[in-house]
Amino acid sequence: MACSALTGLLLAISPGVGEEAGSYAVTGDAIMEPLAGGKGDPARGAALISDRQRSLCTLCHSGPFPDAHLHGTLAPDLTGVGARLSEGQIRLRVVDMKRLAPNTIMPSYYRVAEEEGRRVATVWRSKPILAGADIEDIVAYLTTLKG
Amino acid sequence: MRALWRPATVGVAAVCSIVSAAGIEDGEKRSGFDFMTPETQALQSDDMSNPGMLWVLQGEQLWQQAEGRADVACAGCHGDASQTMRGVAARYPAFDEATERPIDLAGRVSSCRAERQQAEPLAPESDALLALTTYVAHQSRGMPITPATDARLAPFRDNGRRLFQSRIGQLELSCASCHDDNWGKRLGGSAIPQAHPTGYPLYRLEWQTVGSLQRRLRNCMIGVRAEPFAFGAAELVDLELHLTERASGMLVETPAVRP
Repeated sequence: MACSALTGLLLAISPGVGEEAGSYAVTGDAIMEPLAGGKGDPARGAALISDRQRSLCTLCHSGPFPDAHLHGTLAPDLTGVGARLSEGQIRLRVVDMKRLAPNTIMPSYYRVAEEEGRRVATVWRSKPILAGADIEDIVAYLTTLKG
Repeated sequence: MRALWRPATVGVAAVCSIVSAAGIEDGEKRSGFDFMTPETQALQSDDMSNPGMLWVLQGEQLWQQAEGRADVACAGCHGDASQTMRGVAARYPAFDEATERPIDLAGRVSSCRAERQQAEPLAPESDALLALTTYVAHQSRGMPITPATDARLAPFRDNGRRLFQSRIGQLELSCASCHDDNWGKRLGGSAIPQAHPTGYPLYRLEWQTVGSLQRRLRNCMIGVRAEPFAFGAAELVDLELHLTERASGMLVETPAVRP
């Protein structure tokens, strides 16, 4: 695991369009503090999880979500993830799973990647995949999945 | 009428993915055909129901049609395509002496049209270009893909391999992330195939038309939120060189049908 028990401060690159993507503190394999504006809304998170265009989550993950026949099998089933992982652990895994597993196919949702040579399409350039508030909604929902 | 030809369907084994950066072992190679439903397989296998055959028929007509200031048809130089074009698609892309670069089959059709027929160019993905390319590729149906061995292709093929393995786009995924390391699993509701270009140009149900490999590669690039290479871009031909080497020995299916 790449991280130590020490707390490190990551300064995320500022993403152009009014999206805040500020700094966050990593403690062990978790981010303890919400990224933006306090706790998220689990109901909004539930809707966002199933949004195949915006969050993309169910393209790879299955779980207790609608339209099971459209779920992917590329990534772990999220049923019970709230019992397996703490809120802070879930938050880091959504924000930047590559910090824990550099070769993972899980996109880093709140990290603006090094874009040199990556041909990032213009509309997505210099932006995180999701805003901090969106990630908080997803984290709030996933923590409710106790099994 | 049933087509005599059928792809070598390797028993639909429980397709388990292998996690390996080295690619796919010979014994593990599967055409996209093997990941399809029996209904879609039947659509491809029967020439009377395969919609791609309409492009083959249109291509056959265009092959005979005099074009350009030279007022000559493809058949005027190349004669009977079933003889002269047999096996050609199975060894493309080839090295083009004029540009000193690899050229794909559609590129060859276009350059022949410009140089020999002295005709106006056909737009990428135009029905006429797809029809001619599909007709020519169809003459190799059932033949094993046998990549050209010209040593001058090597650096371009290497570049294609590098591109295949490079993570791109906002989602930071490479072709290999899915098609080498996770084939057989499902993305959304769809099985991830091994990305062998055995049947192009092919009829895709999602497109409701025949399209090129380049169109498919661009679709994937857009999917990972990358800026796609332009139609005809050198990088797309380099990628095809790598893909055909990867699919070496698999049988040409043109016109394939895919979901």
